[in-house]
Amino acid sequence: MSREASCVEMTLDNNLKYVEVAEEVARRVCITAGLPDEEQQKIEMAVHESLINAMWHGNRNDPRKQVWVKFQLFEDRLEIRVRDQGNGFDPDHLPDPLAAQNLLKVSGRGIFLIRAYVDEFQVKNVAGFGTEVTLIKRLNRTMKSDEGGTNREHED
Amino acid sequence: MKEERTVSMKTEVRQIDSVIVVDISGRITLGEGCSQLRELIRGQLSQGNKNVLLNLGDVTYIDSSGIGELVSSYTAVSNQGGQLKLLNLTKKVQDLLQITKLYTIFDVHDDEAKAISSFKTPA
Repeated sequence: MSREASCVEMTLDNNLKYVEVAEEVARRVCITAGLPDEEQQKIEMAVHESLINAMWHGNRNDPRKQVWVKFQLFEDRLEIRVRDQGNGFDPDHLPDPLAAQNLLKVSGRGIFLIRAYVDEFQVKNVAGFGTEVTLIKRLNRTMKSDEGGTNREHED
Repeated sequence: MKEERTVSMKTEVRQIDSVIVVDISGRITLGEGCSQLRELIRGQLSQGNKNVLLNLGDVTYIDSSGIGELVSSYTAVSNQGGQLKLLNLTKKVQDLLQITKLYTIFDVHDDEAKAISSFKTPA
């Protein structure tokens, strides 16, 4: 098991104005993780797209719903979970936005970009809650034992 | 927060010869940014302005919806027999267009004068 170094968790009302809040948290977590600027921007964008997907498509822009976001920084990876209260989607059956017939489509690039910008992308339905996506960015870092954090064991 | 994050999209419209140059700054994202761009393009087309050059030099952020709005603008202008071209892409936007293969669709320039004169000949 790997040691959890730090964790940020938040619940956002389903309002697009809060997407930037999650982006800012993502940026700070990426700085803590020591990711270079270009990688930070990719993670921020992946978080942005995940939040948009959750609020706009998952929660269907319903202001009564919420989106839950959790950032966990481990020794070897940054793990970001975004959960909405929607009905979910099948990531294996999304149209390919790079296919010639889809190139000029207005939508359908969000999940594609998330996949391009992180190392792993998972989707699962959480019984009684909605849909949770997990983004994983692998890190090449060695966590010093005296760096802050909770030192909790990762229990998931 | 970094200042650029709080800047929503702003546009300024200039006309050079028969070309409408739209200087865009800030964020082109789902919501206000996208709808603003959509209304602007519709407005120009309704006035018969079919040659549009989008200057993206000061765009700090664009998301998948913003990319979709660029595509939508391109299609709307093309359907009216006009041309929509892009100017001064930041590295971020350029990367996004490359990864989405849209770099092959858009006529992209980094020199305004050359971009303007390119409208005089078929793209």
